[in-house]
Amino acid sequence: MVAQRLNAILDSDLWWSFTRSKVVVGAAIVTLLLFVAALIAPWISLQDPWDPGALQLINSRNPPVWIEGGTWEFPLGTDNQGRDMYSAILYGLRVSLVVGFLAVIFAMVLGILLGLASGYLGGMTDTVIMRVADVQLTFPAILIALLIGGIVRGVMTPADFEAVAVYVLVLSIGLSQWVQFARTVRGQTLVEKNKEYVQAARVIGLPARLIMLRHVLPNVMGPVLVIATINLAVAILTEATLSFLGVGVPATRPSLGTLIQIGNGFLFSGEWWIVIFPGITMAILVLAVNLLGDWLRDALNPKLR
Amino acid sequence: MAQETVLQVDNLKRYFDVSKPWLSRVLEGGGRQVVQAVDGVSFEISKGETFSLVGESGCGKSTVARLIVGLYPPTDGSIVFEGVSLSNPAERARHPEKQARMQMIFQDPYASLNPRWRVGDIIAEPIRFRKLLEGGAVKARVGELLEQVGLSARDAEKYPHEFSGGQRQRISIARALAGRPDFLVCDEPTSALDVSVQAQILNLMKELQASLNLTYLFISHNLAVVSHVSTKVGVMYLGRLVEWAETRTLFNRPKHPYTRMLLDAIPDLDMSGRARTPVAGEVPSPINPPSGCTFHTRCPFATERCRAEVPQALSVDGQNVACHAVEEGRLPEWRGLAA
Ligand SMILES: Nc1ncnc2c1ncn2[C@@H]1O[C@H](COP(=O)(O)OP(=O)(O)OP(=O)(O)O)[C@@H](O)[C@H]1O
Ligand code: SF4
Ligand SMILES: [Mg+2]
Repeated sequence: MVAQRLNAILDSDLWWSFTRSKVVVGAAIVTLLLFVAALIAPWISLQDPWDPGALQLINSRNPPVWIEGGTWEFPLGTDNQGRDMYSAILYGLRVSLVVGFLAVIFAMVLGILLGLASGYLGGMTDTVIMRVADVQLTFPAILIALLIGGIVRGVMTPADFEAVAVYVLVLSIGLSQWVQFARTVRGQTLVEKNKEYVQAARVIGLPARLIMLRHVLPNVMGPVLVIATINLAVAILTEATLSFLGVGVPATRPSLGTLIQIGNGFLFSGEWWIVIFPGITMAILVLAVNLLGDWLRDALNPKLR
Repeated sequence: MAQETVLQVDNLKRYFDVSKPWLSRVLEGGGRQVVQAVDGVSFEISKGETFSLVGESGCGKSTVARLIVGLYPPTDGSIVFEGVSLSNPAERARHPEKQARMQMIFQDPYASLNPRWRVGDIIAEPIRFRKLLEGGAVKARVGELLEQVGLSARDAEKYPHEFSGGQRQRISIARALAGRPDFLVCDEPTSALDVSVQAQILNLMKELQASLNLTYLFISHNLAVVSHVSTKVGVMYLGRLVEWAETRTLFNRPKHPYTRMLLDAIPDLDMSGRARTPVAGEVPSPINPPSGCTFHTRCPFATERCRAEVPQALSVDGQNVACHAVEEGRLPEWRGLAA
């Protein structure tokens, strides 16, 4: 059974178009490596950058190992609090990926449900959902983050807020992305719902809810996956932007964006490594995910083949 | 033998509003536009019969089919199925057991099966949804259905794209039979298939009808196919039924001028090599259909009365015709296809 599945994958057009491009294979390998690194961060890092007790100010602003004054203890140098940059980047990658994935999953689920309902049910449901979507588009993620963040900060103590900051980010970024999913799913649903297999399901007597989930949904997932991949890169960048602006995750548990923000302050005093290494990691991650998304879009779009 | 009526349709109407959006109507002018896709159709189908609807493209055949199985709610008129009125969505919702007794087979074998589902799951869907069987019994029943339509039980594991058009149509038939219906609506089930495959599917449908005592509403624009499968035939023109009768009667002595025109145009039933008269003229738009008898724009027997007054159907020698000329007795005798 498993062998059969594997064979089916290796035989498929998707796999064929995947192996044809070296860039895509490279992007996939890089993405995979970064995901794995984030996953096993506690085992491959040199210190726990989230534990204030492990940081010593005496080690602050150490340069990378290949520069005069650098040690193997901190291969990529340290920041102003004595945090090992290599470990901080691994943990930061984790935060960035978790926020990115959760935000995209939230946007995807919300967008799919609303898009299906809008396209399949039509009428007033459609009008209301699409008007809400139009309004949503006029609020950029940053504004939503400030808005939700402001409200939550108002009702919570600062310590409590630090604990939920990640979820505020997920909610804000997710809300800024669901419209794209909803519109695509709605468009595809309008096409699928007139096909005879959907009408056959209606004649069998299946309720609308089951037809949407069992019949229409599997047939609209292709474009949804493409948008999800590209939006993962966007979500990671948005998270970095928000953290850079200081409305993201707290500095005690920095994401890549927070690290860049911290490092930015030392760029002109000579400690370039505090900002450059997180910056490069972020750039590579976003580029690789984006390349994968572009490839997936072309590979799944029969018109471009 | 007194025949039991399965389906009774009375004065069935379905209009589609195809007006431009309100704003562009206001800005650019132009009123509401309504397609009278089905405009007062009445007929009855008895148990075990095949009732066929024929007519040119756009005359409303598919719309009648969809109204009957509940894909569209009627604008007006009644549908009584096995003694229960299913004339509006509320009545239909109240009688799921009646909805379960009817099924539909569609025209396009490539669109009528969900491409992401295995054939076994497609066929099992009505069984699982109604909880007719459980567990392993479902699989056994699916295998039995596949064999009944001339496929193999092992085909349940495959996906629709692994089959040809004719085979897919067999899968559609198996799915339709899965819920053990009595009544099948078949909307041009063979018109997308090769001629040789068409005959196989039609024969399969005939065999199943005999062994399962099924009643069919069969839709086609191919009169040769219709003459092969039907017990009764109804001829539709612009949303109305203009003539209906036993198949033999209709083909041997058609009364309505439109029926005669269609028969004159069919490519040889018996290869006699006679000259064909192509169907003359264009079908008018169903948006603003002609007044009176909608066929008057193409009818050689049209009079002032035809242009003004809608002809009512009357029964002449067991044959129902809606035509003023027939009523007035001024229609020439049909000289038959050999003429
Ligand atoms: N959903 C709809 N919205 C608007 N107009 C429709 C709709 N469905 C059908 N029509 C119109 O109603 C008329 C009858 O269509 P229908 O599909 O019933 O014809 P048909 O006899 O089945 O034709 P064909 O042989 O081409 O299948 C056509 O003019 C068609 O354009
Ligand atoms: S009613 Fe008049 S126009 Fe219509 S078919 Fe009869 S003769 Fe022709
Ligand atoms: Mg049709």
